[in-house]
Amino acid sequence: MTFYAQNVLNGLAYGSLLFLIAAGFTLIFGLMRVVNIAQTAFFLVGAYAGLTLLHAGLSFWVAAVLAGVAVMVIGLVTYRVFLHRYRADELTALLLTLGVALVLDDGALAIWGGDPQSVPPPEGLASSIRIGSLVFPSYWLALIAMSLLIAAALRLVERRTMLGAVIRAGVDDEEMARGLGIDVDRAFYVVFAIGAFLAGAGGVLGGPITGAYPGLDGDLLPLAFAVIIIGGIGSLEGAYIGSLIIGLVSTFGKALFPELSYFTIFVPVAAIMALRPRGLLGRRR
Amino acid sequence: MRWCFGSVRLMLVLLLVGAGLGPAVPYGSGPGGATAAASTPGVLKIGLLAPTTGVAAAPGHDMINGWQLWWSQHGSTVAGVRIDTTYYDTASNPNTALTQVRRAIERDGVQLLIGPYLANEGLAIAPYAEQHRVPLFLPTVSADDLTQRKASPYVIKVAGWSSSLTTHPAGSWAYGKGYRTALTLGDAYAFAYESVGGFAQTFVEKGGRVVKQLWTPLGTTDFSPYLSQVRAAHPDMVFSCVVGADAVHFLQQWSSFGLKGEVPLVVQETVTDQSSIRTLPPDQVLGIIAFSHYAEGRDDATTQRFVSDYAAANHTLPSYMAAGFYTAAQWIQMAVRQVHGDVADQPKFLAAVRAVVLADSPFGPQRLDSYGAPVENVYVREVQRVPARYARYARTWNVVIKTYPNVSQFWTYSSQEYLKQPVYSNSFQGIAK
Repeated sequence: MTFYAQNVLNGLAYGSLLFLIAAGFTLIFGLMRVVNIAQTAFFLVGAYAGLTLLHAGLSFWVAAVLAGVAVMVIGLVTYRVFLHRYRADELTALLLTLGVALVLDDGALAIWGGDPQSVPPPEGLASSIRIGSLVFPSYWLALIAMSLLIAAALRLVERRTMLGAVIRAGVDDEEMARGLGIDVDRAFYVVFAIGAFLAGAGGVLGGPITGAYPGLDGDLLPLAFAVIIIGGIGSLEGAYIGSLIIGLVSTFGKALFPELSYFTIFVPVAAIMALRPRGLLGRRR
Repeated sequence: MRWCFGSVRLMLVLLLVGAGLGPAVPYGSGPGGATAAASTPGVLKIGLLAPTTGVAAAPGHDMINGWQLWWSQHGSTVAGVRIDTTYYDTASNPNTALTQVRRAIERDGVQLLIGPYLANEGLAIAPYAEQHRVPLFLPTVSADDLTQRKASPYVIKVAGWSSSLTTHPAGSWAYGKGYRTALTLGDAYAFAYESVGGFAQTFVEKGGRVVKQLWTPLGTTDFSPYLSQVRAAHPDMVFSCVVGADAVHFLQQWSSFGLKGEVPLVVQETVTDQSSIRTLPPDQVLGIIAFSHYAEGRDDATTQRFVSDYAAANHTLPSYMAAGFYTAAQWIQMAVRQVHGDVADQPKFLAAVRAVVLADSPFGPQRLDSYGAPVENVYVREVQRVPARYARYARTWNVVIKTYPNVSQFWTYSSQEYLKQPVYSNSFQGIAK
């Protein structure tokens, strides 16, 4: 019983972590058709930047927001200088983001060095909770809650604000939206900025679980793709559900069939691609 | 949504291509030189292979810092021979390592290779070095078989170690402590298979039982599914071998999931190496026992002099990679002196290298066996707080609590007996069936 309870919580926590990356990823891909390979690199830079701010004495939450802002700036500059011009050409845009990811990787290595670093959780959440024989770090529980709040906030923006309406219109039919006079280009800037902010702040929020080390972005990228494929591209709810599914499948897979560690995530991905290519909640065109 | 499915497929294909092509791009830092293969009299050209980019970048820098510290302290001219080092970045990747070795040997004419870091990099380049008759010194590559079934006159673990050399005593020690059942957790690759295999073999031989063996993919950030199985298995102890960032995550989660203090943990030295523990809060690492050939807190004049010199120069405490390259430099210096600078006579020089005996070093006494592997002390060490004089460089370090003197790669077995069994792997963990 403890075994299942422990792993359900583990899976939800890991899924919540993935959502922080996948949310921005799916927004950017859904609206702009840009596969932002640098998304996990944004996460890594956010984690490192947050670490520097934490060492400077700032509080955890302030560091998360500021790291998000810093990465947002990087993202906007990237978009304006490089991606904006090639937005219509998916392949070139993808390769550009790959280049950006490599540059950020090397830059992070040069600035912060190669030692793997740990990101300390905020003081109030640094302990572990005991329920019977179940021990669980309280920060991981807090992350589940935070991720849910962020998902809810994003959905609120998507459903109830003008910006959200513009984004949904752009995802559904960009040409028509432009034809109606909607400034889709400006929406792109905003979406890229939001995506980068989420990844950057996510780096700090997820830092106590992942740490910060060269190669973290490479380790997380296949998982981000898996989430998007399962959840459906362009769908925030899909990203959330996809994240939790991947989190749970990955955790139970490793716990029950450790010899198949490498396969547990990609079996559901392959199944979805074969049976329902648009993902669970992806929109049908 | 046809475009969507096509895009997804396209991007996955592109990713695979990118991942495959990436490592082939060489990151060389070697200078353009003459293609001479002949040596310049009075110069010993050494190619130092270390990952200065990629996943193992931090160890790479430690290796270079240790190497440079020795030569800066003792001068780089020995018996009239100038030691000329060129640095090659292996990017933590076996393909890149091989490309760099080709460049070093064929374009730059190095006479001696030292490094690299990862076992898989070492295994990739050893055959090539042997084929071109260039000696390869391995202070950090610990792959067991390079000095066993795959031993060669050119491959020597100068100032080095073997994966199972340090863990054979662990099984015996654990049984002596009263543990009868053990669960092992290791990274799913050669180094960990060998390290865990060494422990499993001796533990089971004494009468212990390995109840479960878990292998985690390299780069695992979330150990919780594996740790949940530790509780379920109720072992007397856990033996672990994980490296780099995995070690940091493992130690953090071992603590935050309440296992520290509840289940005894014994590890291979990479888990509590200075490079892993320097970034973690003390309460997550204090008291963890490791088996190692190096302990930066060893109460010995030679070790402490090295540690304080290194700390003053680099503002951190040295890991075993730094100690290895520092000691390898000493080893080479002694061999060059022994042949009075005649490094062009390769067989004589290599014989001198194999004959070096260090009465003391940052590792303690060291010499080589006939297979080119070191015979050295194995330390049972424990993580403790650093003394005040190192407080600005680190918070914790490893202190020796027991020494097994002059341990060979074959432990208490005869070499013929040991070599009859296969090298430790995923399918062979030494456990007599």
